[in-house]
Amino acid sequence: MPSLGPDMEAGTLVEWLVKPGDWVKRGDVVAVVDTQKGAIEVETYQAGQIEQILVKLDSKVPVGTPLARIRTEGEAKETAAVPAPAAPTPPAGAVAPPPPVAAKQVPPIVSIPGATVGYQASPAARRLAQERGIDLLTVKGSGPGGTITYADVEVLVGKPPAQPERKRAPSLDLNAMRTAIAAAMARSKREIPHYYLEHQVDVTQSERWLAEKNATRTPDNRLLFAALAIKSVALACRRFPAFNGFYRDNKFEPSQAVHIGLAIAIRGGGLTAPALHDTDKFSLDELMIQMRDLIARTRAGRIRSSEMSDPTITISSLGERGVEALYGVIYPPQVAIIGVGKSVTRPWVVDGSIGPRSVVTLTLSGDHRVSDGHAGALFLAEIGHLLQEPEKL
Amino acid sequence: MQQTAPQIVEMTYREAVKQAIRDAIKRDERVFLMGEDVGRYGGCYAVTKGLLAEFGPDRIRDTPLSESGFTGAGIGAAMAGMRPIVELMTVNFSLLALDQILNTAATVRHMSGNQFGVPLVIRMATGAGRQLAAQHSHSLEGWYAHIPGIKVLAPATLEDARGMLWTALQDPDPVLIFENVMLYNMTGKISVDAGAVDIEKAVVRRDGKHITLITYGGSLWKTLDAATALAAENIEAEVIDLRSLRPLDDATIMESIAKTRRAVVIDEGWRSGSLAAEITTRIVEQAFWSLDGPIARVCSEETPIPYPSHLENAAIPQTPKIVAAAKAALGRT
Repeated sequence: MPSLGPDMEAGTLVEWLVKPGDWVKRGDVVAVVDTQKGAIEVETYQAGQIEQILVKLDSKVPVGTPLARIRTEGEAKETAAVPAPAAPTPPAGAVAPPPPVAAKQVPPIVSIPGATVGYQASPAARRLAQERGIDLLTVKGSGPGGTITYADVEVLVGKPPAQPERKRAPSLDLNAMRTAIAAAMARSKREIPHYYLEHQVDVTQSERWLAEKNATRTPDNRLLFAALAIKSVALACRRFPAFNGFYRDNKFEPSQAVHIGLAIAIRGGGLTAPALHDTDKFSLDELMIQMRDLIARTRAGRIRSSEMSDPTITISSLGERGVEALYGVIYPPQVAIIGVGKSVTRPWVVDGSIGPRSVVTLTLSGDHRVSDGHAGALFLAEIGHLLQEPEKL
Repeated sequence: MQQTAPQIVEMTYREAVKQAIRDAIKRDERVFLMGEDVGRYGGCYAVTKGLLAEFGPDRIRDTPLSESGFTGAGIGAAMAGMRPIVELMTVNFSLLALDQILNTAATVRHMSGNQFGVPLVIRMATGAGRQLAAQHSHSLEGWYAHIPGIKVLAPATLEDARGMLWTALQDPDPVLIFENVMLYNMTGKISVDAGAVDIEKAVVRRDGKHITLITYGGSLWKTLDAATALAAENIEAEVIDLRSLRPLDDATIMESIAKTRRAVVIDEGWRSGSLAAEITTRIVEQAFWSLDGPIARVCSEETPIPYPSHLENAAIPQTPKIVAAAKAALGRT
């Protein structure tokens, strides 16, 4: 059972997507775990053949409990087994995300929404699933070639009311999520001495550059300002490692990898901040694809375990909703959160004369145990500088 | 259902058709039968044996070998107030009368602005299985089902063979009745007071919930055998006997599909452009969201029907093919 957040102690296994004998590769989703944050997909970090399922459906087990044994290809004859999620032994207290899986991690296979539906279903099955709000991704097909048939969906529909509610992975439990947010934020304000900085950046040129880029693109291929901000923060993190990592056991562990957590509002209330893995290594276009995918999956309640557990810094942008600046609460064990305000037109002095310019307010909430305001100011200034040269991102 | 059990007798399909003709001639003085060899010879499938002696040459009329000629004469007689039954020896020869059937019988009401109708019944044999080779064995009823202005029937049971003729004769427009050659010798039990039946509705001949097998005519019995074989493998197949090929009873088909969500259409016509293709399309048009898999067809191979018995049998739908198609549609092997 992977740790899917600093406050997670246990999780309930609600769905196995593999069975003994199945071959899996790194990054495959093998199970769905119910947590306070909703249903989370658990990926395997090991390639091989599922040997044994160790945790039964609907059992609640502590973080660190092996869920399944995977026999790697090299282990053909040995009996050595590896727990599916990379949580060989739970860290003391079992409250920390698994350690630096981050460092060597290959980016997950990017799924372009719509391009990889992932199932084949008959018309009758599709209609029934739509009527009953069942996500066909969660249904095992028994028809020819694994096609999902009416009966496969009907089985789920026919279950007692409590069951299908939970099988329907997309349904997020907003009350539970609120409880989790409360616990994490209270802990943050209790333990982390925040300091706050603000920096205003003239983004007129960047917006012009974006407009030119987007002029010839279809709406679904357009770059958003958010992508520039995310990439700028990711690159700045490389130069300022004191803002990228985890504060655990009274010491700071900088992270080699940059996994930017994206604060995503859930419709109906609630918030989660899953990671865009290796944010600094992708082009703006690649980031757009990943962002869209991540947001769509998050709102559908299909976040992957690694995305929940390993963001190294968080970005919150309420920009388009109208505030000029926001001061975030750090999500422990991270040590910084960047706020990106909305772009406003301001009278601004450029080359000695006043003119209308587009200005964005960047903020940093930093963990004073790890960094000081001086470093924070340089970090923010670097982000601002990068943001003004989008062609280099 | 009657209070006192009606008397049940055993008879052949051939006899049921003959009784229907005899009954019609007796009941309506406007009714007469004409065709090749229907009188002195007693019909090439012996359906009309004895009728000439019973009713005389005015009611049982042998014709020259001219399908177009005597079909046209039948159309004229019908327009003039008679109720002729024209027998074409087989559907293969009916092509010689196709111009009369399509360009005259089917269109007169339309062309005359509803001043004239053609209350004509044309009976003909269809189907393979008797080693009569490629010019006597085809199943072309699907072609006729293409034509607006006529009705096309395919009696598969004794009751329908006995009962459809009278209802067809009451119709103000042309009705074609296709009798499968392999059914004439079929024996079964039938009530002596069996009478007219409707000619609009398809009938579910066997209830099932896993798959719908849609068929008509000579293939009905092979399909029912297939359903029995499927039942031994815990597949409950529903069998629909179309009875009327034009118009098609869509409601009965769709109702069954809504229940089973799968279908195989069994049609002795050639696959391309077949009646099976039409039925498949209607299911897709009207019941797509009820389907749980592709619709399968068991049709005749796209070849002239061969003369050698083993090839002839291989060319047309047979029970094992129907069983295999149903199982494939269900993903069973």
